[in-house]
Amino acid sequence: MSHHIVEADKLHYSYPDGTAALSGVSFLIAQGESVALVGENGAGKSTLLQHFTGCLFPSAGVLKVGGLVAEKKNLSALRRAVGMVFQNPDDQLFMPTVFEDVAFGLRSLGVAGAELEEKVTGALEVVGAAHLRSLPPYRLSQGEKRAAAIAGVLAMSPDVLVMDEPTSSLDPLSRRRLMNLLKTFKHTKIIATHDLDFALELCERTIVIHKGVVTADGPTREVFSDDGLLKRSSLERPASLLHGR
Amino acid sequence: MTALAKNLADIGYMDTLAAGNSPLHRLDPRAKLFTTFLFIVAVVSFGKYEISALVPFFLYPVFLIGFGELPAGYLARKILVVAPFAFLVGVFNPLLDRQILFQLGPLGVSGGWVSFFSILTRFALTVSAALALLSLTGMNSICEALARAGFPRAFVVQLLFLNRYLFVLTGEAERLSRARALRSSGRTAMGFKVFAQIVGRLLLRTLDRAERVYRAMLCRGFDGNIPIVEFSRIGSRDILFVSAWSVLFALFRFFNVSLILGEAATGLLK
Repeated sequence: MSHHIVEADKLHYSYPDGTAALSGVSFLIAQGESVALVGENGAGKSTLLQHFTGCLFPSAGVLKVGGLVAEKKNLSALRRAVGMVFQNPDDQLFMPTVFEDVAFGLRSLGVAGAELEEKVTGALEVVGAAHLRSLPPYRLSQGEKRAAAIAGVLAMSPDVLVMDEPTSSLDPLSRRRLMNLLKTFKHTKIIATHDLDFALELCERTIVIHKGVVTADGPTREVFSDDGLLKRSSLERPASLLHGR
Repeated sequence: MTALAKNLADIGYMDTLAAGNSPLHRLDPRAKLFTTFLFIVAVVSFGKYEISALVPFFLYPVFLIGFGELPAGYLARKILVVAPFAFLVGVFNPLLDRQILFQLGPLGVSGGWVSFFSILTRFALTVSAALALLSLTGMNSICEALARAGFPRAFVVQLLFLNRYLFVLTGEAERLSRARALRSSGRTAMGFKVFAQIVGRLLLRTLDRAERVYRAMLCRGFDGNIPIVEFSRIGSRDILFVSAWSVLFALFRFFNVSLILGEAATGLLK
């Protein structure tokens, strides 16, 4: 057993039309680490994220999460271990009310009755959305939708939290609230984002992906101070690091 | 807001109504669903020239709306919105069926007119009962009741998703059509070609979204089943509701209550 909770070893993936999205991605992530995954549009971030939840399987290479190899026979265990928060909460909130949505994953696991009520309420309270429980998702603001989507994932108590662009289309205050919330989580976090200030504040480590390969992997502050690397990866220094030049 | 979006917001309002707390709201969804189903079967089973025997059936929707504390004006407007469909179904009957059925003073009333009004009456009855059911129960509970009643799970899940994604879909349609309107220099008509392109775009977006939603479901352990609401047990009040209305429906169906009452009234006058 290794002490790494996520291990990617030379992952390759090509889409059916032949587009190579990942060309040998490798990294190790330890329990409790908070890792930002950055890279330009089309770099392969989303493709990589889909591997964590077994929505895609590598064409070559091995991905392990919590000691489980990401493959068909481990699918349900893999999806228990990984909680995925989608970029667009409307894709994720498919149940008629917030409560039902948060309860969905739990019910699939056979949780019912008082235990279900307790877990759902607990998850909603963590994200500060307890008052939204009986609302249908289309009545929520973008920030509230995001909170509800996160509650749905938290309720399953995953080992690894994977998020795709969690701050996209949030107003500054909602974004700040989300950041404060995420800071309180002890989970291993893998966050794909273009919001480099967010990454800087929340993730001690950053992995840069460019054209399907890892071009940098290190402490966030160091990565974001390497102007040559940032330029090659279609990124730029976050505002908070501009003064330090 | 476009007319379409307004109408949909209105549908959302029905789910809000369903959160009410009248005794009718608290009835088991299965009881309400089953009773309304019986009601609809009874109403549509009449012959095509029947009007008077249908009248007593208005008691049921009126009861639901009254005791469920539903806004009658709002529901009436909803009925009017869909009325053109029923109107179109029946509007040619007076032309096709010209046989005089009875005389109203000097006026001969043809079978076509009678069947036309019969269609409109049935329409008003069934649609008002269905809308009242929806407003008293909510889509989710209706879906769960359907599933428990043995409806195919796939069908029920479709219905749930329709209810959920209708709003997302219209939001997208609205944005697309607004984007077109903003760049078409005041021309209001869309033109068939642009319309076709927008619909095509919408279809592609919908397919994309469907895939993302499906992935989100898989990530949270979807296995083909959607567990929805947990019901309490059927109580004595539910049984009373179903049986009392069943008896009334049977009575209305097999005896023309309006006629009997009418004859009794004229008998008293004599």
